[in-house]
Amino acid sequence: MRLLNRSAGRLSRHRRGPVAGLVVLLLGLLLTGGLYAAVSPSSSASSAEDDQALVKQGRELFLVGCAFCHGQNAEGQTDVNGKLIGPSLVGVGAAAVNFQVGTGRMPLAAPGQQGPAKPQTYSDDEISALAAYVASLAPGPAIPTEADYSTDGMTDAERQEAVVRGGQIFLTNCTACHNFTGAGGAMPRGGYAPSILNTSPRHIYEAMLTGPGPMDVFSNGNLSPDEKRDVIAYIQTMREQPSFGGFSLGNMGPVSEGLFAWLVGLGTCVAFAIWIAAHTTRSSKKKESQA
Amino acid sequence: MSIDTSRVATSNKTAANAAKPSKAGAAAQWADERLGLAAMGKKNLRKVFPDHWSFMLGEIALWSFVVLLLSGVFLTLWFRPSMAEVTYQGSYNPMRGLQMSEAFSSALNISFDVRGGLLMRQMHHWAAMLFIAAMMIHLLRVFFTGAHRKPRELNWVIGSLLLLLGTLEGFTGYSLPDDLLSGTGIRAADGFIKSIPIVGSYISFFLFGGEFPGESIIPRLYTIHVLLIPGLLLALIAAHMLLLVYHKHTQWAGPGRTEDNVVGYPMLPVYAAKAGGFFFIVFGVTALMGGLLSINPVWKFGPYDPTKVTAGSQPDWYMGWPDGALRIMPGWESHFWGSTWSWNIFLPIIVLPGLLFTVVLLLPFIEGWITGDKREHHLLQRPRNAPTRTATMVALMTLYGLFWTAGGNDIIAIRLHASINQITYFLRAAVFIGPVIAFLVTRRICISLQRHDNDLLLHGYETGVIMRTPEGSYYEKHLPISDVEAYTLTVRDRSAEQLTPAAGPDTNGVPAPQSKLGGLREKIRTLYYADDIDKPTHAELEEARHHAAHEAHELAALDGHSAEGHHFDGRHPVAEEPIRPEHHH
Repeated sequence: MRLLNRSAGRLSRHRRGPVAGLVVLLLGLLLTGGLYAAVSPSSSASSAEDDQALVKQGRELFLVGCAFCHGQNAEGQTDVNGKLIGPSLVGVGAAAVNFQVGTGRMPLAAPGQQGPAKPQTYSDDEISALAAYVASLAPGPAIPTEADYSTDGMTDAERQEAVVRGGQIFLTNCTACHNFTGAGGAMPRGGYAPSILNTSPRHIYEAMLTGPGPMDVFSNGNLSPDEKRDVIAYIQTMREQPSFGGFSLGNMGPVSEGLFAWLVGLGTCVAFAIWIAAHTTRSSKKKESQA
Repeated sequence: MSIDTSRVATSNKTAANAAKPSKAGAAAQWADERLGLAAMGKKNLRKVFPDHWSFMLGEIALWSFVVLLLSGVFLTLWFRPSMAEVTYQGSYNPMRGLQMSEAFSSALNISFDVRGGLLMRQMHHWAAMLFIAAMMIHLLRVFFTGAHRKPRELNWVIGSLLLLLGTLEGFTGYSLPDDLLSGTGIRAADGFIKSIPIVGSYISFFLFGGEFPGESIIPRLYTIHVLLIPGLLLALIAAHMLLLVYHKHTQWAGPGRTEDNVVGYPMLPVYAAKAGGFFFIVFGVTALMGGLLSINPVWKFGPYDPTKVTAGSQPDWYMGWPDGALRIMPGWESHFWGSTWSWNIFLPIIVLPGLLFTVVLLLPFIEGWITGDKREHHLLQRPRNAPTRTATMVALMTLYGLFWTAGGNDIIAIRLHASINQITYFLRAAVFIGPVIAFLVTRRICISLQRHDNDLLLHGYETGVIMRTPEGSYYEKHLPISDVEAYTLTVRDRSAEQLTPAAGPDTNGVPAPQSKLGGLREKIRTLYYADDIDKPTHAELEEARHHAAHEAHELAALDGHSAEGHHFDGRHPVAEEPIRPEHHH
């Protein structure tokens, strides 16, 4: 105790010394710095570097594959007549890139009414880089994770309710363009709402979030993330359930039904009529030739 | 006069004193004594019907109507025509817990919880599609062969009414399940009614018992669908069949077939078996379609709700053509004295179908007025021998087909990657130009076929035998057609016989008085028969026969021998004959 008092006294003697403030400041800085270094995740520094690298890689890819239409800084481009050839991508977010490039719609093979879905041109890593670059331009919707659209972890009853709710949202918001099963529908001037029968849940989620092409944006304020999940759950339920009525005839409604009624139904009946008229007990060739 | 005993049958010696009747005979006797069946049956059981596949098209309609009655009765046992709101608790999971009308709930119930219910629903729907389609091709057959002429004009009218009623019956049935598609259909119908100037909204309020959708429309449509229209259909079908029996069936021309007889097979046993068998075939086809092909999957559409709509909202095919007219109509609208006149809806969906139906209804009378033909016709005409009539119907079919195409414009656009706008612009012009082109082309084809018939009569058929003359030139040998074929081809009127001249100047040289309408009629009649090719005259035929006989010796060497072409032209028996005679070395 004496020793402690003695040393404290010794220190105390220097407390008004000319370097005391400086020493305390240095000690404080060392302490906080040391604590931060000890406590914070060690990967942080290198992750930021990775992000930077990804954005840089994305920008390089962008300059080669996208800038021709979207501009060197993704600011959008018009031709000499003022017609838009590629919209600005500032603020569209990673989700839009993941959807457009991930479904093969971008890069466009040719200018037209609407970019068709096709096999994707970029690898998944390259798409991530492009998405990181576009996301770095301005805040925008991020790529949804599986937790956003999966119904795993729900009880059967919850899942059932989600499907029913999703069905109503689907029939209210989606079927007007995409048809009652999602088989697709026509839009003006050669445009179309594509079939969503084989679209992955993530891309459906991204489409709702970003509203590609003429599609509306269903923002999270409009359709909550849970409601988006429910719509996807309904679409998946409809895909998985058996075709109760038999062949679905393309899920196109009464037009294809009419086609089948005429060609298959009436065609078969008329063929049978011809067969019946050609066969009569008394009209066989043998009997005729005997007569 | 002596009796030739060799002609008296020897096999039924016991006929005069009949043995004790069998049980069936006793029952028949019992019934006959009370109902007089024998006298009726004697006449009708052996009633003769001519044999041709095209005479069975109406039967498809008849038998699918029977399927409709049977499956329809089944459906009424479970369907509840009520707009009362219920919570669905059936076994279709994606709809469980939803609020919906009792009508839709019971439609789901029939589809998922009633044994065989979905099969019956689908059979009923497919049979309905088939019913109207069969009526339409039956109508085409009748018109193309001239079976609508005197004395059958009224039966044509009945048939047309059946087509109209069948369409309405189909539409009311389409509307009953109260799914998204049927609700959209009713909504559209409400709009059509409201487009009728001035009175439209009053009619709509009357029909719906207030503002759309209300609670009354489904029960009302149900009564119309299961009681009113089926009753009318049954009555009209009965009248149609009675007239068929009364007029007797028409037949194709041929040796032994005249305007006064019917050549064919008797009802019993031949036609009872054929027609009865055909019923089972139509039933079987409908059952297979109901079992294998999905139609109107109401569970995918969900309950109707005016805030919802789906791409691919189309009526059933028979309402497709007015829907198409509606789709391509420009958006014209006028306002007079505070009322809106929606030409864009009123013209294509109210005026046009009414007008075209009236034209179809009046076709026999229009034709009768033009031709002035007051004779009875029981022998059918080949379509080519009435070029203007055939062309008229093909023009109408073209118009129908183009409107039909317009009705599926969105499906065509998406399936063929076309622009829906360009399809619409094309069809707007095509519905006017297409029928004209079809009329002209068909008429010329008919006239060419008439020429071909004359060639057959005068120059014979092409044998496929190539002849070489001593000079070394080649030609194809023609042979005369058989007498039966020649007879069949020549049973038709000359245009001179058809063009009954208007009353000419009387004996004092005073021209007969002629009304303006009469003059127009003469002009139309001349156009109606213009360019018709008459059958060869008797003199021409005799000359051709003489010529053929003269040439016959050229082929005499081939008699009894097989030769390429000649023997295998489908006009000679070739059974057990090799293509070439066998060579023996």
